[in-house]
Parts: sequence; C-alpha cells; structure tokens
Amino acid sequence: MSERIDVLIIGAGPAGVAAGIGARREGAEKVVVLERDWDLGGILQQCIHPGFGLRTFKEELTGPEYMHRFIQQAHEAGVEFRTNTMVFQIDTSNDPSVLSGHLPFAGEAKTPHVKGERAIHGEGVTVWTMNKERGIEALNPSSIVLTMGCRERPLGAIRIPGARPAGIYTAGTAQRFVNMEGYMPGKRAVILGSGDIGLIMARRMIWEGAEVEGVYEVMSWPGGLRRNIAQCLDDYGIPFHLRTTVTKIHGQDRLEGVTVAEVDDHMTPIKGTERYVECDTLLLAIGLIPENELSRMAGVDIHPVTGGPVVNDLLQTSNPAIFAAGNVVIVYDLVDNVSDEGLIAGANAAKFAMGKIPADAKRIPVKGGENVRLYSPQFVTGEADSTIFMRVTHPIEQACKVFASADGEEIYSQRLRYARPGEMNEVRIKAEKVKANPNISSITIDIQPV
Amino acid sequence: MSEERKFICVSCPLGCGLTVTLDDSGEVSKVEGNTCPRGASYAKSEVKDPRRVFASTVRVKGGKLPVCPVRSKTPAPKGKLFEITKAVAELEVEAPVKIGQILIHNVCGTDADIVASRDLEAV
Repeated sequence: MSERIDVLIIGAGPAGVAAGIGARREGAEKVVVLERDWDLGGILQQCIHPGFGLRTFKEELTGPEYMHRFIQQAHEAGVEFRTNTMVFQIDTSNDPSVLSGHLPFAGEAKTPHVKGERAIHGEGVTVWTMNKERGIEALNPSSIVLTMGCRERPLGAIRIPGARPAGIYTAGTAQRFVNMEGYMPGKRAVILGSGDIGLIMARRMIWEGAEVEGVYEVMSWPGGLRRNIAQCLDDYGIPFHLRTTVTKIHGQDRLEGVTVAEVDDHMTPIKGTERYVECDTLLLAIGLIPENELSRMAGVDIHPVTGGPVVNDLLQTSNPAIFAAGNVVIVYDLVDNVSDEGLIAGANAAKFAMGKIPADAKRIPVKGGENVRLYSPQFVTGEADSTIFMRVTHPIEQACKVFASADGEEIYSQRLRYARPGEMNEVRIKAEKVKANPNISSITIDIQPV
Repeated sequence: MSEERKFICVSCPLGCGLTVTLDDSGEVSKVEGNTCPRGASYAKSEVKDPRRVFASTVRVKGGKLPVCPVRSKTPAPKGKLFEITKAVAELEVEAPVKIGQILIHNVCGTDADIVASRDLEAV
C-alpha cells in the first residue's frame, strides 16, 4: 500500500506551483509536486529579464522573482515539493500484468467518486517516480495535475540543407547557458524566428558583448510581442527581416555562416535574393510544443492542433482523475495566465479527490471559427465561469471583436483594437449563460473585423 | 515648430503604438495611442530621459550555480546601459546570495542599484 496522496502534480514550473497552491486552498490534505530539476521554478529560472506578473503583482518582475513569490505562497499553503524526482511511467490500468518488471503494484482503486464508463480510467492511476534517495516508487494519488510545460521546436523540425556544425542552439538552450551556467554560445549570432525568447536573447547577447547580425522571420508578421521588438531589437539597431529565412548552413566543425533568402507567399525561397551571412552562432526561436510524453502514457486524449491534452473548462482531461494546466495544454503568451490556469486545475483536482466534481457534468463542445488557429479548453461544463484562450490564424490590423455564440446566440462579445497571432485572446463564458439554456449543443468562438 | 515622435510603449505586453507631440521648447504637449496612464508617463520619460530595467548575471563563488541573476532595481538611463554591463561583468560575489540583496549601489553613478533576483545557496 503506497502513501496516501490527494493531489499529485507533475512539474514545479509556474503552472505546477500554482496548482499546488490551488489544491491546498481548496482543502486537499496531501498535495505533492514532483520536479525533476534540483530546484523549483521551471523555465522561469532562466528568464532573468523583467516582464512577468504585471497583472498578478502590479509590477514587472523577472522570472526568478515571479517564481520566488509563488513558491513562498506554496510553502505557506503547505504544498510538499519533491525535487530531483523524475516521473518515468504513468499507468492507468488496474491490471498488474500490464506493468513491466516485478515492482509491487502499490495501489488499490481509491477514486470511487465517479461512476460510469469513464470512472474506470480514474481509478488506479499509478505514477512511477525515480529519485536518488527514495529509489523507485509507485504513487497512487486520488487525482493528478499535468504541468510539464513545453519544449522548443528543434532544428530537425525545419529542413535546412547543409552540415550540422557546433554553434546551432534553440534560443532557450542558449538562454540557459548564458543565464544559469555562465557560458556564451558565440560572438556573432543570427536569430531565426521571432518568438519572444529569440528577441530576448538578441538583447542578452548584445549586453554580453556579442554581435547580433539580424533576426529572420519566415512569416509576414512577428512571432513575439511588439514591445520586445522595440526594446530588444530597435533599441540596439538589430535588423529585423520579415518573409526571410535561413536556407543553408555553412561550416563543418563550427558554424561559419548561413545563407538567408526572402520567401514568396508559399514560403518558398525566392531565387536571386540569397545572401551569405557570416556568423558563429545560430539561435532558433521557431515555436514551442507542449510536452506530453507522460500525458500519452496516461492515455489522455491529445488535441491534434494544440498538441496538448483535450480539456474541459475545469481543466479536466479525458480521464476524469487527470487535470492539466499551463503550456502543457496550450502555449500561453503570458505567465499570469499560466498561473491562473494552474490555480484552477489544482482546485478542481482537489475537488475531484474529495468527490465534489459531478460525474454527469455537461460536455458542450467549443468550436473555433474561421480565423481561430487554436484554442483551449475544448469543452464547457458550465459548472463555473470559464475563460477560453485562443490565437488567431492571421493578424487583423483593425478594430475587431472576439465573441462566443451558443447555437447562434451571442453569449460574449468584446471589442479589440487588433488581433495578432503572437498574442492570445480570451472569451469569457458565464456559468449562468450555460445553465440558462440546458440544450446548448455547441459554443462557437471567433474573431472578426467590425 | 512642433515635432512628432512615434514609438512602442514597453510598459506592458500590449505594446501600444504611441505618438508624442513636442512643442517648440521640446516639452511633451500631447500623447496619443496609449490605453493607460503608464503609457503617458512612459512617453514623457522616453522623450526626456529614456530608461530601461537592466538584467544580467554576476559570477558567484561557491554557489549551487556559477552565476546569479541580477537586475537594476529601478530603470537605469538607457545611455548608461553598456557601461553598466561592464560594471556587472566585473563583479563576483560569494554564495549564499539572497533575493533583493544589493550588490552594487548606484551603479555607474546612476540612481539605480543592482540587486540579486534569486536566492542562491552555497554548495
């Protein structure tokens, strides 16, 4: 029989730490957050620039400062953290024969709260962990919150001809080298992609005495926030090239340069626009992908577009005992949103552990309109007020509105001055609007010019 | 002759496009495009005395990490940033470091202090 854990949270970044706080505040007794690193805070440990938490704390903090405040709150709330602890397997079957090896199957079904077909999945979830002191353990929590965050899209995800010399890093890897390990990746950098981490790293490299030849973005619009283009590129005269990409990598052992070229409407390089750029470092800021290896092991449904678990507005996955929050679900633009979602997921996981989430909650599907690239959650229960986060496919550089309609009837509308893919938009659904109409078959969200 | 200047507000993630009008004596007479009072005060500061929060690392002796993140507690004059990068690069501190600990007072003769932005334990 393993120890009793009410809510088990995987990952102590902004989402996981907030989930711990949310779970304890909701009344869960034993709340444990697992973290594979030796320290808490996740990726924000290396995001040492200011710009975090303006909405939550009314001031702009650096990443470590932002996490410091949340970690303090978590300690005060009585959240237990286990660092240097790696989850290597999640099983959702009660059948010991499916488990590999001869380790004792330590769980009895402890979550009888949900009856019906799906309850089978909620019972007997086993999380296998590894830690130098504690060894290998099988934990059987009453509920789980997945908060593993996201990873950077690597070089292998985009096809660039040429060799693979040293000197090519994702922007986040370079950020870790510079800000936590005290190494500079090189002296003259080219940045491919205009995600915020790339923009932030451009300024960081300049401040550390390197040159940044330019930032190249294949799309017609920037991937990151406008203020980061202003304060990280414009402030230092770093050229920003839209509709331009890297088409070749030069150098054998060490990167010597790249070829860049403009692209047409189909993102095909235009002949005659190629230019050779000498550099010893290429940083990639070409997108983030939710990290769901464990979610897949747990068997929860993964959304093909977000790349994260399908969730309802309680942030509950297709397995009712498993919740998910933060960049593991959908890549957010602001950490304040990640923390808010963590608090909600933690609170609902606690409610589930205490048998307070109705098994017969509604499952109203949310549909994205024409200009919605991705959104989350994908289902609404109407059990509480909820926020649906979304990103547009194409920028709208004029007055527009973000709205939601339930079977054609508008239930939310907000005017916007513009909508851009780099910034998320929100739709807020009042629980009373859902409850008022018990027959809603779907909710459609969209952003259109007005 | 009044003069118009345009820039992006960096006070928050919205990044409003600001248009600032200066009167004959170089004083700000109008700010447009901002959605909040922070934008107006940013515009005025950007014209008269542009400032940025500086963030970097310092070397640490005997810490769990070889470097500790630092920041200017308040925004520092933009024109002094490169001088500040050098002052910070030369500094080495001993672990443990406490968050908020002042590491350089009035860096490079500015009114900004350089403070640690995380706790860093000794090994």
